[in-house]
Amino acid sequence: MADAVHIPDEAETRARWGAFAWSEENQRKANEILARYPKGREQSASIPFLDLAQRQVGAETHTQGWLPVPVIEFVARAIGVPYMRVYEVATFYTMFNLAPVGRYHVQVCGTTPCMLQGSDDVLAACRNRGLVKGGTTPDGLFTLTEVECLGTCANAPMVQINDDNYEDLDYDRTIAVLEALAKGAHPEAGSTIGRRASCPEGGPTSLKAMVDANHDYRPEWENAHAG
Amino acid sequence: MPKLKVDGIEVEVPQGATVLQACEAAGKEIPRFCYHERLSIAGNCRMCLVEVKPGPPKPQASCALPAADNQEVFTTTPMVKNAREGIMEFLLINHPLDCPICDQGGECDLQDQSVAYGRGQSRYAENKRAVTEKYMGPIVKTIMTRCIQCTRCIRFAEEVAGVEEIGAIYRGENMQITSYLEEAVTSELSGNVVDLCPVGALTSKPYQYEARPWELRRTLTIDVMDAVGTNIRLDSRGRQVLRCVPRINEDVNEEWASDKTRHAIDGLVRRRLDKPYVRVNGKLLPATWDEAFAAIAAVDHGGSVAAVAGDLVDCETMYAAKALVRSLGSSLLEGRQTGMAYDTSSLAAVNFNTTIAGTEEADAILLVGTNLRWEAPLVNTRVRKAIKRGAKVFAVGPETELTYKVEWLGHDLSVLGDLPDTVAKIFADAGKPMVIVGGAALKDGHGAALKLVETLNLVRNGWNGFNVVHMAAARMGGLMLGYAAKGGIADLTHAKLTFFLGADEVDYSRFGGFKVYVGHHGDAGAAHADVVLPGASYAEKSGTWVNLEGRVQRGERAVFPPGDAREDWSIFRALSDVMGARLPFDSLAGLREEMYGEVPALRHEGLVSFGWSVPAIDGSASGTIGGYPIKDFYLTNAICRASPTMQRCSAELVHGETFAEAAE
Repeated sequence: MADAVHIPDEAETRARWGAFAWSEENQRKANEILARYPKGREQSASIPFLDLAQRQVGAETHTQGWLPVPVIEFVARAIGVPYMRVYEVATFYTMFNLAPVGRYHVQVCGTTPCMLQGSDDVLAACRNRGLVKGGTTPDGLFTLTEVECLGTCANAPMVQINDDNYEDLDYDRTIAVLEALAKGAHPEAGSTIGRRASCPEGGPTSLKAMVDANHDYRPEWENAHAG
Repeated sequence: MPKLKVDGIEVEVPQGATVLQACEAAGKEIPRFCYHERLSIAGNCRMCLVEVKPGPPKPQASCALPAADNQEVFTTTPMVKNAREGIMEFLLINHPLDCPICDQGGECDLQDQSVAYGRGQSRYAENKRAVTEKYMGPIVKTIMTRCIQCTRCIRFAEEVAGVEEIGAIYRGENMQITSYLEEAVTSELSGNVVDLCPVGALTSKPYQYEARPWELRRTLTIDVMDAVGTNIRLDSRGRQVLRCVPRINEDVNEEWASDKTRHAIDGLVRRRLDKPYVRVNGKLLPATWDEAFAAIAAVDHGGSVAAVAGDLVDCETMYAAKALVRSLGSSLLEGRQTGMAYDTSSLAAVNFNTTIAGTEEADAILLVGTNLRWEAPLVNTRVRKAIKRGAKVFAVGPETELTYKVEWLGHDLSVLGDLPDTVAKIFADAGKPMVIVGGAALKDGHGAALKLVETLNLVRNGWNGFNVVHMAAARMGGLMLGYAAKGGIADLTHAKLTFFLGADEVDYSRFGGFKVYVGHHGDAGAAHADVVLPGASYAEKSGTWVNLEGRVQRGERAVFPPGDAREDWSIFRALSDVMGARLPFDSLAGLREEMYGEVPALRHEGLVSFGWSVPAIDGSASGTIGGYPIKDFYLTNAICRASPTMQRCSAELVHGETFAEAAE
């Protein structure tokens, strides 16, 4: 169990990614990121650089992107720190993919709040759509991962797909999101039942007088105390 | 200077000390795993919890808590006892109960501390985690399931060895310590992580399943693999040395030892000379001691006798050979096997004057023709420490990886006479400037380097910044005993009878006379000799060695030499009888008295003062440094060349061969 996925460092990975370098646009971004940190503190750019590199790999492979070992080494060279130090960072954060993923990386939250709100249905929907946990669909579209809390408990259950969260899901809406993505559409991120951020479902349940204009509740509290 | 109370005992500790150090000052034992006084503080094992007032009402990690005035520390309260038991229980959750098959058993911090501070039984009935073994190279064996993630090895690799190749990957339950992509750690100090590891996760690969610590006889002696004079302890069982570990000596090796020091010992039982040999019709044939001595006595040398000392011999051996050569009417002595002939009229000019420990204080360092990482790894760690304190390092010579940042000034020695302005400025501003001259520059650059003493003001009040790095354990002792001919080894080649004291690096083809090899390994020397007399290695004799800074150190005999081999001094004593030039000592003590009479400085252990004088040498520098003398760190002498571990290290770490791991 303690052994996580094998990190590919085969000859073909080296051959494919050994010559990795920033694209012109990313080079500009990288310069900008590096400029945020004082001289001698280039190591601080580890995470933003790894993220940028993963996005570039994603763009090149038309997937969400991952971090082959030669790319990690490229990042380490770019900020002048030993390979091991960047490698530690890349393995620590789950947002960095150490193995190739599909076009859409579907991360289903299965932690308690989501589970109570029906994340089992969401997972079932994914499974019935052909997604396999820890694997990529044959068409290279979806990679399914079950993850721990992504901090969207108020809108549970939720999935994170690449950079977007899809919230308030049930079986059908999950299928709908996946279908839309498969068609190449870009379904609107956020709540799938139309609520804004984590506003209460079906309108406000408290502080109702505040909805349209500011309202001073303080006199009412005084009365309440008096009573 | 904060004053605080530990269990009611008032102590005063230096500013910046931690509560843990204060507890130690008060004589209290604080259990710990991650804390190590030579590494940075991590504070992740939580074993050193104590109760501190004033402070939050919970136990605090004493290793990471600064000692402050009016603190009251308690190390024996129920809170502390509970905390220790709790931490111990956590640490043991995933630690396997495999002490009976663990090499650390008997000298394991976790074992000892769980007996002393643990609960005594486990409440844990779940599955333990298991972690696959990681490959870390030919020296370090890993059983990572035992790892408690104290991160000492990571901090050692980063801070002391300067090789950031060990790290922790993944996180939480899945965290694993590994070398980068499980490649061999390319440090010549990697064996130290074995000592640092508080559990049996990192153990010594060559020593695996060899012995239990309580079976071993411990002998304190001095290492001869380089000129640093690492203080070591040889652990032996019966007639075999099974392990070599460093002793703490703050002035020399702190508590580290190079991989060569630790693991060349398996060469002590291989390729050994265990009986005398005499060359008959061009072939070396086994002989008795009498026959061998008779063959030497038959040589008509006419007073033309010489002795060449090897790199590993002790002062006693060199003195015995010197006495014999002298009683035969000659004074031809040389120890610089490769033909070096630098001026030795002032020993201070070829000494490491700053001292090894003093190197830490330097603020500007110029390396001249030295690959310090291989020539004296434990001086290199001191240079790293100096850099941490802000020292600038420049180097003349071919570029090489020294584990720290160096500004290379090219490999032309003439730069010594004309340092770039920026460098000259830094040295002019430096309070404790230092020049370290290596073997590669000693031939052409010695004079020019000595000239820097004046131009850079290296010798000043209480500070001598002129240093020469030697690579042979026998060198300084040999120079003190007069093993230096004016023209180097070329002055000796005409001798009709030459004794080679474990000298395997000599160009034997230059010697025309009768060659007697007195040594312990069947290496180059034995192959060329006319008579081979089996001697004792450094583990098999009590001896005196002088390290590169002129520190006289004595070691004890750990085991007896194999077969018919004898301690070297007694060979010369016996031979002197046969040759009719009887030496005036019958015991090692007698020899030492004679030796002290001649070189009084050898009598007392510790630093020898050579005084400071600059010999008159031509100060102009010319020529370039083509390469460093050590081509292969792991195979520098006869013992390591006979050692399978060193051969493997050389093949893998120097020559880049890969070895398939046997499937288990």
